[in-house]
Amino acid sequence: MNHSSAVWLARATASTLLIVGSALLCGCYERPPVDTVQTGIRGIGDEQVINPRLDAVKYKKNEIPTPIPPADADGPPATLVFQNLKVLKDLNIAQFTRVMQSMAAWVAPADQSCNYCHEAVMSSDAKYTKRVARRMLQMVRYINKDWRAHVGTTGVTCYTCHRGRPVPEYRWFINPGQSDTTGLIAGNAGKNKPSTVAGLSALPGDPFKDYLLGSENIRVQATQALRGTDYHSIKQTERTYAFMISIAQGLGVNCNYCHATRALELWDQSTPRRVTAWYGIRMARDLNNNFMVPLTSTFPAHRLGVLGDAPKIACITCHQGVFKPLYGVSMAMNYPELNGGDHPIGGMAPPTPPGESPAPHEAPPAMFAYPPPPEETPATPAQTPPTAALVTPH
Amino acid sequence: MAEYQNIFTRVQIESPMYPGVPLPRGGVWARKGGGFNHLFGRFGDAQIGPFYLGATGLLSLICGFIAFEIIGLNMFASVHWNPVQFVRQLPWLALEPPSPANGLHIPSLQNGGWWLLAGLFLTSSVLLWWLRMYRRARALGMGTHVAWAFAAAIWLMLSLGIIRPVLMGSFGESVPFGIFPHLDWVASFSIRYGNLFYNPFHCLSIAFLYGSTLLFAMHAGTILAVSRLGGDRELEQIIDRGTAAERAALFWRWTMGFNATMESIHRWAWWFAVLCPLCGGIGILLTGTVVDNWYLWAVKHHVAPVYPHVFAPVIDPATLPGAPK
Repeated sequence: MNHSSAVWLARATASTLLIVGSALLCGCYERPPVDTVQTGIRGIGDEQVINPRLDAVKYKKNEIPTPIPPADADGPPATLVFQNLKVLKDLNIAQFTRVMQSMAAWVAPADQSCNYCHEAVMSSDAKYTKRVARRMLQMVRYINKDWRAHVGTTGVTCYTCHRGRPVPEYRWFINPGQSDTTGLIAGNAGKNKPSTVAGLSALPGDPFKDYLLGSENIRVQATQALRGTDYHSIKQTERTYAFMISIAQGLGVNCNYCHATRALELWDQSTPRRVTAWYGIRMARDLNNNFMVPLTSTFPAHRLGVLGDAPKIACITCHQGVFKPLYGVSMAMNYPELNGGDHPIGGMAPPTPPGESPAPHEAPPAMFAYPPPPEETPATPAQTPPTAALVTPH
Repeated sequence: MAEYQNIFTRVQIESPMYPGVPLPRGGVWARKGGGFNHLFGRFGDAQIGPFYLGATGLLSLICGFIAFEIIGLNMFASVHWNPVQFVRQLPWLALEPPSPANGLHIPSLQNGGWWLLAGLFLTSSVLLWWLRMYRRARALGMGTHVAWAFAAAIWLMLSLGIIRPVLMGSFGESVPFGIFPHLDWVASFSIRYGNLFYNPFHCLSIAFLYGSTLLFAMHAGTILAVSRLGGDRELEQIIDRGTAAERAALFWRWTMGFNATMESIHRWAWWFAVLCPLCGGIGILLTGTVVDNWYLWAVKHHVAPVYPHVFAPVIDPATLPGAPK
């Protein structure tokens, strides 16, 4: 090889490496601005990473629909006119009609409206969508009444999950993973594939089955310094880790939104949000086992997962990438029809800490809240994002 | 006169082919191949070869190849032998160790048996390569410093891969063979054992790791800076200190008060590099076998700082009466 061709080769190699390297870097690159909001004591990186540009898109997506004007509380009961009422029996005609109209707007496809669930004979239960919707109404009321430990007084409506879609965008099915590998080929413990629910890591691809259907213990860290009390394996930890990433993704937050990341397990160093999340995990587990799974035979096959299981709920189902669904704006407040009523599976009031005032989900001090908590929710919900200060002006 | 001024050497050394020193037992190793490459000469020596591949080297390569194939073919099988998916998903794919329930029993091939075999062949390969390194150094009448430095790295690899799992009584504690999966394993390992950053041996290991890069930069910078004065003839200057060594030493006495010598700097660098995996391995072997939560260990020994609470104290809801399951 002569000198000039070697020089050329060296330069070509260097430039190629530079170009390939830059291209690779661009692939994992989130366009600025990337900002941080301090959420804890100064100097220890206790902060949430935010991108105002992407947040502006999220705010837009989480604007709530204009509520239908409230119905008069007095009036003849709905049962007087409508037949086959099983859940909304306590409403009057105006209230009942308001709920039906809202559901058509929140859930049904625009071109089908009432017909999405109802036959020409409105009282008929022929369509599966109606039978599912009835159970879902029970679920909404159940959440608003018995899961205040998680949803507080904000509550939920159909819109919290559905967002104008007949089927909520974010739902999960049991992931069969690699169980179909046969013969002498090594199994992979449900991991070692791109895990879309766990931040594209190679962690387990189905972190929900064990925690939001089953009740496997999430706590894998020892509670004493030396060996002798805790025998959780690394593989159990990997499942826990995947599940925790799915929560962070679902809420659009970092680990330290709830945890002191230097001591993930310790409650006395955690933020109060961890308590809310703790109830949230139990709520999703409860709803999956008592509402979604029993609907398996009601759903048609095309609504089921590859293993024939019903669609199920995870944190992201309601949160949709936001730390509080719809940025904490309460739609349920304007829909007293969705509170109260009978409770399908018995009461489960949140326990009150001994000697403490109730509401363990109490909001943290405003200066550390991220983003700053919305103003006292007005009777008619704000049409502008509650945290306008964080929206990048365009 | 040519000077060293760039990361690329402008000096191109092309001498007659040098086959190596005569060895006491001639004919033990073949000296095959060799030539010159200009491009290589820009980074290092232009001479390529002669090559030596004795029994240990050959066996090492064979064992390494077997391990590579076991890992690679299982990865390939996990994407149903689809070459496109194999390339796309390669960073995520892995050969997984046995499940924890298996303990230290010999697992079936599907449940970690392949992993154990791959580990066996990989370990054999690495140990054979170590032996080759040791014997080549001895054959040349050199010290065995490089072999022992390599042994430090092997110590860390085996601590993670087999010694600690055996001490814990479960192959399942070991590391998957895969690119992202082994990183996920590292993060999970730290989470399980209460934050490895509070492990003092991890601290030491990091100090030696960063210290190594610092020493490397300081030493390389110093020698390049005095090469115009003959400082690149380090070996001569160890025993016969010239103006380059005097100036370099004075430079460091001026800037930080004391200095290494032309000889001792290499001793520093070698120990820093060796102590990095050596401490790391000790830290790994103590994790789970002795210490179960490094953060709590650090609190117990007043190592972890205490930060003021910014939130009202939080109570574990699971401890409250009537808590949901």
